[in-house]
Amino acid sequence: MEIIEIQNEIIDEFSIFEDWMQRYEYMIELGKSIDLIDPKKKIDSNLIKGCQSKLWLDAELNNNNKLIFKADSEAIITKGIAAILLRVFSNQTPKDILDANIDFIDKIGLKEHLSPTRANGLVSMLKQIKYYALAYNKS
Amino acid sequence: MGINIDKIRDDFPILKRKVNGYPFIYFDNAATSQKPNQVIDSISEYYKNYNSNIHRGVHSVSQEATDAYENARKKIQKHFNAKYSKEIILTSGTTHSINLVANGFTDILNKNDEILISQLEHHSNIVPWQMMCKKNGAKLKVIPLKNNGDLNYDEYLKLLSPNTKLVFVNHVSNALGTINKINYIINEAHKFGAVVLIDGAQASSHMKADMQKLNVDFYTTSAHKLCGPTGIGMLYGKKEWLEKLPPYQGGGEMISEVTFENTTYAELPNKFEAGTPNIVGAIGFGVALDYLNEIGFDNIEIYENELLEYATLSLKKIPNLKIYGEAEQKTSVISFNVGSIHSYDIGTILDKYGIAVRTGQHCAQPVMDYFGISGTVRASFSFYNTKKEIDFFCESLNKAIAMLS
Repeated sequence: MEIIEIQNEIIDEFSIFEDWMQRYEYMIELGKSIDLIDPKKKIDSNLIKGCQSKLWLDAELNNNNKLIFKADSEAIITKGIAAILLRVFSNQTPKDILDANIDFIDKIGLKEHLSPTRANGLVSMLKQIKYYALAYNKS
Repeated sequence: MGINIDKIRDDFPILKRKVNGYPFIYFDNAATSQKPNQVIDSISEYYKNYNSNIHRGVHSVSQEATDAYENARKKIQKHFNAKYSKEIILTSGTTHSINLVANGFTDILNKNDEILISQLEHHSNIVPWQMMCKKNGAKLKVIPLKNNGDLNYDEYLKLLSPNTKLVFVNHVSNALGTINKINYIINEAHKFGAVVLIDGAQASSHMKADMQKLNVDFYTTSAHKLCGPTGIGMLYGKKEWLEKLPPYQGGGEMISEVTFENTTYAELPNKFEAGTPNIVGAIGFGVALDYLNEIGFDNIEIYENELLEYATLSLKKIPNLKIYGEAEQKTSVISFNVGSIHSYDIGTILDKYGIAVRTGQHCAQPVMDYFGISGTVRASFSFYNTKKEIDFFCESLNKAIAMLS
């Protein structure tokens, strides 16, 4: 599925929620089925900086030139945010990841998490995803 | 007399606001305090009526501003019972004050010297000393913690030696609320001729500290922790020590004579107050002290202890909730975790209910390392909080736990 289609799907899913509690509960649910990082890869070099809780992100290019992301976090809400990002950006080509925008985060009511001072690493995670895409785009 | 809580809460305009549709419940007082109208008004009055640069001007308004600034210094002197007003250096806060002293001792100490620091310290009372030790080779040793959040005083005695030159400890721990036995620490250190700096940032809003009675060598605090503005604090130093230490920042105000061949330095306190100071901040600092003294620190202590006891009992009813640091003597701070739920998650959900707490390591990684945890939720209460707020906090906390389990 294309990135934009996945983003629209997520926007639709979140649009049925009336309040923050439902949004957060859903996010927590999503976090439970995240593509989990290999425990051996939970090393310092895979830590996302700027996050109050530990958040690990790893990426590998598969045979179809798609970047597969895996992650984990100590904090459940952070894990939920990571799960959403992985759903959008994982299993996509580096080029598509680089071209994608992130308006959907605002549209699902998580704009507050976009502030760089927020200690949940969302901004840093997005940056890291794009860096991986940049690095693998050359290869 | 006691606390007239309704009247007090009326003094703090921010307490009327809403956050995410809920009444704002501010339990992050250890991070910074809210400000009463009296302090807020003093700031706008300064800029409206008598703003001018101080000390040097000949004109009337500059004299008014100078008088106000120096009166603030005298208020601080009186509050802390310093012998001389020149022993009160106005700084930008505790961190600045500590750096000033650490810088001063850089050339005084050498690699044969030891400095003692506690495991409870905030990073602002660790990093400047580490930086100093890198320059002069002095050795940093650590007074360990005990499980209940108190310092291990037996180990402290063992660490003290003729090589100990400096001891620094916080008066109150920002992470756990522990009130340290600073009288004891100071007296024992002085037996070895060691100099003691006490970081009073967390203490000053809860209790008065008497510089002469304590016989402490240096004491620091920040105004924003005690209902005063940000960007201003004080360093108290015994006259003999402040005269010994070299200046920290060079510039205007701190000089006596300047030529390109040689410059001589001003006397205390100006020697350590380079440049235009935070004039309005100092004035606000003084007004904050007036405000707190009018309520009375005895009344503040009694009320805050009530809040602490009430909150502690209420929290202990919650399953899997662990409180860190239950020292014999504590200020109204509770650091806790619930099961294996990350503090960040709890803080995020509580925020949705309008409740402000702090989460994480609280700039006290050694404390977190001691307990083997990545962080805590910290609720810190002030004399303008209420039991009703604590009830809603516990209710919301239970909802958060349900969501996150």
